[in-house]
Amino acid sequence: MIDIQELTKVYGQTTVVDKVSLTVEAGDVCAIVGTSGSGKTTLLRMINRLVEPTSGKVLIDGQDTRSVPAHELRRRIGYAIQGHGLFPHRTVGQNIGTVPHLLGWDAARISARVDELLDLFQLDPAQFRDRMPNELSGGQQQRVGVARALAAEPNILLMDEPFGALDPVIRAKAQEDLLAIQKRFNTTIVLVTHDMEEAIHLGSRIAVMDGGKLLQYATPQDILANPATDFVAELIGGDRPFRLLSLARVASLVQPGEAKGAPIQASASLREAYAECLWSGRDALPVSDNGQLIGQVSRADLARAAARPS
Amino acid sequence: MSIGLVIRLLVLALLVVFLVSPETFAFLFEPLAKNNQPVIYNQGSLLDLTLNHLLIVLIATTLATAVAVGLAILVTRPFGAEFLPLSRSLANVGQTFPPVAVLALAVPMLGFGTAPTLVALFLYGLLPIFENTLTGLTGLPPSVTEAARGMGMTGSQRLIRVELPLALPVILAGVRLSTVISLATATIGSTVAARTLGEVIIAGLLSSNTAFVLQGGLIVGALAVLIYDGLSAIERALTRRTGQGARANA
Repeated sequence: MIDIQELTKVYGQTTVVDKVSLTVEAGDVCAIVGTSGSGKTTLLRMINRLVEPTSGKVLIDGQDTRSVPAHELRRRIGYAIQGHGLFPHRTVGQNIGTVPHLLGWDAARISARVDELLDLFQLDPAQFRDRMPNELSGGQQQRVGVARALAAEPNILLMDEPFGALDPVIRAKAQEDLLAIQKRFNTTIVLVTHDMEEAIHLGSRIAVMDGGKLLQYATPQDILANPATDFVAELIGGDRPFRLLSLARVASLVQPGEAKGAPIQASASLREAYAECLWSGRDALPVSDNGQLIGQVSRADLARAAARPS
Repeated sequence: MSIGLVIRLLVLALLVVFLVSPETFAFLFEPLAKNNQPVIYNQGSLLDLTLNHLLIVLIATTLATAVAVGLAILVTRPFGAEFLPLSRSLANVGQTFPPVAVLALAVPMLGFGTAPTLVALFLYGLLPIFENTLTGLTGLPPSVTEAARGMGMTGSQRLIRVELPLALPVILAGVRLSTVISLATATIGSTVAARTLGEVIIAGLLSSNTAFVLQGGLIVGALAVLIYDGLSAIERALTRRTGQGARANA
């Protein structure tokens, strides 16, 4: 659990982060959204003390982060950044093993952990362990960057625009991988992004920042239904109904019955189902789960689910 | 094997043969010696002079590297930042002082011989290494240094594991410049009685013996070219090994 209390950062005359308080529960994915200059990155960097707060404090599992030396604190918190920041003179394996090495793990344990992580990120250890970062594609570098952040099994992972440099197809894949890994280890993630779509997709809670202030901190559903200010509404943009649909799965709207045509997966989002209805001109779609037809989902139900929650 | 490498190996072989047995090449220099002057330098062994010349350069450059790199590291740390302008101007003074002037000033204090030459070469070698080390340490990709901090490396761990290895090719380029400058400048050391290849040139100038002048000049020139190329090759290999090939070629 990360407890941020009245955190403030002032540079000269400018208040970059202004008395921000928020709590990230263990296992949550907190997406901090804002335009550039909103203070979101500074807020993130104060959690692992890359930036020292002017006032206020951060408690991690009840412990004040200032009670341990900064470098020791950082070794316990995973950190992944845009442009990955891999050490160009170290192999992929050495890069991933950075924090375990700093923590004094023995060589066998480090190498086992490196191989485990490479496997987890679908990079064949035998093939990738000894490569140099510049021999990898952008997507692979990004995965190694996240693997490195997770190497010492941190409970908390901080990510600063981790997918910012990826093309849309690879980004979608990287987001899915991150969610899968988050579920598997129940890691608490704080992620900074300027992209509301990404925040809604990844975040279990979203913090919207502007001008150093926290405008709203709520679940994606809440943010979509009740944006606290005009600025939040503007960030969400005009396609709110579709974003709302993207938050729920087809499984939640399945009705008994049969429909014609190709089935849609129960795990697909309502947004995908609605798009399929419109595209194929059908009023209902059959729903399948693990190859079994389990019912249907109707266009009318989908449209209702897209309406503003009361 | 590339043509360049063949030529360099050939030059090296010729140089070694010439130093070990200069008489073999007497026929080449004969046309330059007038009035029955000796054709090949005869006031000492060319091999000894060359080794001594190289030794002086080696000592001066090693000391200059240690001091310049040390200074550059200090002034790029947070606590040393305010000394950056001071150390820069100090190194600049070392460079703007003509080597002859340094020799002239050092002789009254250190006497004649190798010592004042070492001082001059040392001062002269500081600036290129210092400037390059500064460039190397401050020009690292920000995402890499940021990641190193974020991983929880302490200041010295960042320096030793990330900053110095990545800056090494640039630092070495400074050492290469400094070495080549010192090789040339060391010849002047002979004016204050340091035993360098300058003796051969000066002896030739004093007796109007072009053969001597050419012998001294050729040896120093060949040494400079070979050492320059050798260090360049090491630099390229380091650049590749530190995974910066793409950056260097871009």
